[in-house]
Amino acid sequence: MKRALALFKKDWQSELRTRYAINALAMFILVTISVILFSVGQEDISEYLTGGLLWVVVFFSAMSGLSRAFVSEEERGTTLTLQLLASPSSIFSGKLIFNILLVYLMNIAITFLFIVLFESFVIRNWNLFLLAFFFGNLGIAISSTTIASIISKASSKGTLYPVLSFPILLPLILTLIELTKFSIDGESIADSYVEIMVLVSYDVIMLTASYILFDFIWKE
Amino acid sequence: MTDYSLHLNKVTMIFGRRLIFEEIDKSLKSGVIYGLAGSNGSGKSTLSKIMCGLLTPTKGKIVHHLNGKEIKEEKVQDYIGFVSPYLILYDEFTAWENLFHFSKIRGMNFDENFAKELMDSFGIYDRRNDYFKGYSSGMKQRMKFIFALLHNPAFLMFDEPTSNLDNAGKEKVYEIIKKYGKDKLVVIASNEDTDLAQCDEIIQVEDYKRKPN
Repeated sequence: MKRALALFKKDWQSELRTRYAINALAMFILVTISVILFSVGQEDISEYLTGGLLWVVVFFSAMSGLSRAFVSEEERGTTLTLQLLASPSSIFSGKLIFNILLVYLMNIAITFLFIVLFESFVIRNWNLFLLAFFFGNLGIAISSTTIASIISKASSKGTLYPVLSFPILLPLILTLIELTKFSIDGESIADSYVEIMVLVSYDVIMLTASYILFDFIWKE
Repeated sequence: MTDYSLHLNKVTMIFGRRLIFEEIDKSLKSGVIYGLAGSNGSGKSTLSKIMCGLLTPTKGKIVHHLNGKEIKEEKVQDYIGFVSPYLILYDEFTAWENLFHFSKIRGMNFDENFAKELMDSFGIYDRRNDYFKGYSSGMKQRMKFIFALLHNPAFLMFDEPTSNLDNAGKEKVYEIIKKYGKDKLVVIASNEDTDLAQCDEIIQVEDYKRKPN
């Protein structure tokens, strides 16, 4: 864990200097939300639709920036250096911590903008929404990190990332849309137990599979 | 003296349909300086990466031992110091920051005195706060040696160690090879006669290529 945290610190310092991911994410969030606002215009959109749009923006924003964790290492040629510094599990953990932080920052910003800009985005059960937000973003970070490590070795990284992510993230996004709908309706956490368990199971399965697979992905 | 040994058990490497080398069966031990020789494309760099666990051979196995005990695969990188043209450090950090982060990621405390000593010996301590992207190719090569030696590894793999270096730099590298070769396992992969002249034993990689009948 000590090594993973050290790698995270290195990545964070590097990110603050190069702005590889932060700029891409910030620009994407601004552009997507602006496009939605322009296309909605003066129309009244339903609460459910706004809840769905939130996760659409989250999915595409994640696609624009989260691959950088591994792609930037591959593009700069520093993958070999990392391989010489730590074990695959430490490297995966470090990159995962970095992506978790990035996903939470990104999604807090998106949710905040939705609350401010969309009148129809009304959450009636915040506890349920925050629970879904916590486990959902964790799942997005885990899946995105693993997919990023796979596509970083490919030649057409930009295209491959959303294509590969879509089927893997689809069950997660659908569950999150459902839970957002429940929190808009003000349903209790107990009534949403099954969906929450789906989220938790998704996170556990993806995390386990990622650690098992990463050894094979990482080594040439 | 560190008792470090490396065993190559029938190591074969094939890229696509091209056989690079086959059935290398050899044991290497500390206290001896080994050289990997061969023409361009003969597989010296490939073999050096396989020896360091950075590349998986098509067939065969590599086993590292320290003081008679086998080193687990996930721990091997802690015992290796690697210099190679493929090794690239972080441009957005200064040389000193690079070394700081490397020590931390290795799970060690950053030994400032040892880092200073190494940078001093390579004549780049005064430039420690310069961004790495501003370094010349020769200075970058010197930094690779500091990267390889900072954690005091038992196995040193130098692939083309003197590329981009001036005469003073080359002399420093030969001094390091002599110094560390006494009690560590040192392997040099090179085409340069002067580099290979430092070695006690030469392994011709091309000898492990199947000869056409």
